[in-house]
Amino acid sequence: MSNYGVCGDYKVTYQEDMEIFQTRFVKGWLYGFIVFLYVIPLFMGHYALYVTNQIGIAIIGALGINILTGYTGQISLGHGAFIGVGAYASGYLTANLGFPFWIALPCAGAVTAMFGMVFGIPSLRLKGLYLAIATLAAQFIIEYLMVHMEFITNGVLGLLVPSPSFGSFTIDTDLRYYYLVFTLVIVLTIFAKNIVRTRPGRAFIAIRDRYISAEVMGVNLFKYKLLAFAVSSFYAGIAGSLWAHYVTIITPEHFTIGVSVEYLAMIIIGGMGHLLGSIYGAVFMVLLPEVLRLVSDIVGGYLPEVVNLMAAIKEAVFGVIIIAFLIYEPEGLAHRWQMIKAYWKLWPFSY
Amino acid sequence: MDFLLQLLISGIVVGSIYALVALGFVLIYKATGVINFAQGEFLTVGAYVCLALVAQLQFPFWLAFLFTLVVAVLMGMLIERVALRPMIGEPIISIIMLTIGLSSVLKGGVMMIWGPNNRAYPQIFSQVPIHVGPVVISQIYLWSVGFAALFLLIFTLFFKFSSAGIAMRATADDQQAALSMGISVKKVFGMAWCIAALVSAVGGILVGNINGVNISLGFFGLKVFPAVILGGLDSIPGAIIGGLIIGMLEAIAAGYIDPLVGGGMKEVIPFMVLVVILMVKPYGFFGTEEIEKV
Repeated sequence: MSNYGVCGDYKVTYQEDMEIFQTRFVKGWLYGFIVFLYVIPLFMGHYALYVTNQIGIAIIGALGINILTGYTGQISLGHGAFIGVGAYASGYLTANLGFPFWIALPCAGAVTAMFGMVFGIPSLRLKGLYLAIATLAAQFIIEYLMVHMEFITNGVLGLLVPSPSFGSFTIDTDLRYYYLVFTLVIVLTIFAKNIVRTRPGRAFIAIRDRYISAEVMGVNLFKYKLLAFAVSSFYAGIAGSLWAHYVTIITPEHFTIGVSVEYLAMIIIGGMGHLLGSIYGAVFMVLLPEVLRLVSDIVGGYLPEVVNLMAAIKEAVFGVIIIAFLIYEPEGLAHRWQMIKAYWKLWPFSY
Repeated sequence: MDFLLQLLISGIVVGSIYALVALGFVLIYKATGVINFAQGEFLTVGAYVCLALVAQLQFPFWLAFLFTLVVAVLMGMLIERVALRPMIGEPIISIIMLTIGLSSVLKGGVMMIWGPNNRAYPQIFSQVPIHVGPVVISQIYLWSVGFAALFLLIFTLFFKFSSAGIAMRATADDQQAALSMGISVKKVFGMAWCIAALVSAVGGILVGNINGVNISLGFFGLKVFPAVILGGLDSIPGAIIGGLIIGMLEAIAAGYIDPLVGGGMKEVIPFMVLVVILMVKPYGFFGTEEIEKV
């Protein structure tokens, strides 16, 4: 095993310590990975592309909730509804007002950010449990609006959304959508990384760790909590917009409390307060039902009744995994990954 | 006027069940500081277990009822021991997520055993309605209010006079002081979960008798949030009053506002109230205000 890291900490300036790429090897590896991301879809089948696209959208959503809950410590049970707001905003702009996709996408983000800020205002007075309950209320109120504001959302019938197009070039295949989604994933991940390592990000972490101390040190709580809600909802809006244009028909059932819980589960499984955690968590949570389906298909050959129980099994397995992670791996997959890396760094002389 | 009265009565019935579930909820919060998102699933499990005993095993109702309570207590104990005990001292979000996970497990389990379809209880209470002046009340409503009131009374007395109840109140007040007085805090935590599961199971059986049983009974647990926030998260009388108010509010919304806006208001109005209360008076009517020091 070649040792690509340095054995020990030899940094002498803060700037060196803050660098995104700690070594040239990591930098090269990451660029290699990005190239890989752009080449691999050419060899993927229809189904694999469909799943990866879902993963990409989930990553964007999970980055958003991680900034709010993982970095700023504000628990949100309304992320699913915010994703819905983004989806409907984008859908309404393109389908009913005839906006092109590339304008509707940022607009959806902005509209959702505004929504997020409105529902973030209570966070100034409320903490922890109370905030969780307030965002739960937001979830139900937005869900109600999605069902009943039929002149915008078309209610339970669903809103038809066109595929995104740039001029005459329509993004209507899974492969083309892959490039759209993953370009955005890369851009938004870099953006998130830069938020969390600059002043706003450090303010978020300070608020999470001890908000009174943060305030004493000159962090404007009002400004930064709202900013966290805005950024988080912006990501949710983008994820929602991408989702809407991918499935091309959206109904309120896509944005229930269950979705909010799923996103929270993603960052818990992946690791709260790690951007990588959002990515691991999103991959994990999207693949989980697919793997379960695969297993049930295999087992279903011998025990046909298992297929009927699928929904129930999925629900139960989901719960068990959350509980198991919370009890045995509370820091999430990202932390486990770091432990593995740390182990190999000094291997075989780890003492 | 009659219409309003009728609405208020059905509101009080639903509200008394809310109060019962809210009692369990507040109890857990007060004693252990945990917000239990699985409260609604306790209700579902109770309703299904009792239904299975009555309908499939042909138990008489009173026996099935008692048996369900035993099952609920065991379930509460098990959950506390297996899932909640390792989480003592973990951050709030982990604990919230844990109870959400629990609710998912319970829901999945119920669905695996009994399937996702709607089921109805066999007729247990007489269906002949009772006329009180201009208002018609079905007997099941009276029984529900009666049961709910009975259990609320039992637990109020329990907390006031029994030594176990006093130990629980002491723990809720100050865990360290309680520990130093020789109270086993672990036991108290276990007891809180048992009682919460028990009262929710009673609520589940009552709701099941009124509306039939299905998997979405769990939503009842979420509806309890407005009730407990209104009354104050850590106040037992608050839970009872909050439950009744939210029940009546819902009934009135269903009667008067739903026809105007095309339905669904009943489901959200408690949450709108919730947001308003959180903005204006976050600790509810009787809740203890948290004062933070640096």
